[in-house]
Amino acid sequence: MAKLKVEFFVGLFVIAGLVAVSYMAVKMGDVGLFDRQSTYTLVGRFDSVSGLKEGAAVEMAGVRVGKVSSITFDGERFEAVVTMEIPNHIQLTIDSVASIRTTGIIGDKYIKVTIGGDEDFLQPGDEFEQTESSLDIEELISKFIFKAEQDS
Amino acid sequence: MVNLISRLGAQVIEQCEHLGHLTVFLLRVVSKLFVFPFRYRAVLQQLHFIGAKSTFVIVLASITIGLALGLNLYVEFSRLGVQDRLGSAVALSLIRELGPVFTALMVMGRAGSAMCAEVGIMRSDEQLDALECMAIDPYKFLMVPKFWATLVSVPLLVAIADVVGIFGGYLAGVVIFDVPSGAYWLGVYGSIEWFHLNMGFVKSLVFALIIVWIATGKGFLLHLDKQGNYGAEGVSRVTTQAVVMGSVLILFANFLVSAILVA
Repeated sequence: MAKLKVEFFVGLFVIAGLVAVSYMAVKMGDVGLFDRQSTYTLVGRFDSVSGLKEGAAVEMAGVRVGKVSSITFDGERFEAVVTMEIPNHIQLTIDSVASIRTTGIIGDKYIKVTIGGDEDFLQPGDEFEQTESSLDIEELISKFIFKAEQDS
Repeated sequence: MVNLISRLGAQVIEQCEHLGHLTVFLLRVVSKLFVFPFRYRAVLQQLHFIGAKSTFVIVLASITIGLALGLNLYVEFSRLGVQDRLGSAVALSLIRELGPVFTALMVMGRAGSAMCAEVGIMRSDEQLDALECMAIDPYKFLMVPKFWATLVSVPLLVAIADVVGIFGGYLAGVVIFDVPSGAYWLGVYGSIEWFHLNMGFVKSLVFALIIVWIATGKGFLLHLDKQGNYGAEGVSRVTTQAVVMGSVLILFANFLVSAILVA
């Protein structure tokens, strides 16, 4: 009995530890063991993705549906190429618009997808025809100030 | 004057010697970590002592850390109107820094001191020499189970501490104050990435090695300590040294690992 007691507590401890580890890995580390296969990728080209990070959310109607899987730079066209993962059951029309938005004023950047009215759907690997780059607040302010200076 | 300088020199030489002995001790144990046969029962007993019995203390410590963190950060964040970020701040600081460091310090104080005293008394009673007389390798027989048990149990304890601490932050932010619970969890899940978990894991392994190395090494090398007596007094002195040195090393290693992984 005394032997089993030690083993019982060690077992309990190990189970508690492993539950904690797997909870953190799956819920926080995004180790997608269960939801890996059911996505397809779409590509968007942006003039500027300043502030957008890999893993950022892709939202439709304010609900998180997918994520940004990679951001690369196209040296020929001087554009940022963003690859997004979208679940298979969400079909986007060809004239959908991908725009980079911010949560709040200093919050994280995310990609907002607005659906269009076309009858054809984007296929896996396709590019968005219309994109809107991220809004740079500093640029806006400087435009505003210089315009005010010119007017006066 | 010359006397003073030579005393300083003697001190430095002694410290270097001691460091060398500790390193040789570590290398000997590590070289025997993967040698069969394993003493399965001894590892189990050490796991029970180092891991299972520390769980309660760790849970208690980390929930209070989470609570205090939540309270303080909430007060400061609410001035800026960013209470929604409370979850990510609590989770990040716990997983990256506080969880591993506090767990390691608690284990050093609880299990490390006990291990050091145990091995030190074995040395001062000449039990270790008796083992060698019977052709039993004390490194393999005594140290390897302790090393394995610490290396396994500290990462698990750190994981428990992280989760419980985040829950403590939840208690402070959501239950006591008025942070929306969805915002808290979204902050926790959204901000933690694989890199941060990895950092916590690397830290917990490094700290575990420091704890068991300093604790058992200091006790094991009791007979080489030149500062005073050998028996009960020596054991108490060596145990104190081990806890202080281990804790300082843990804090220093924490900074070092952070600097290496972040840069």
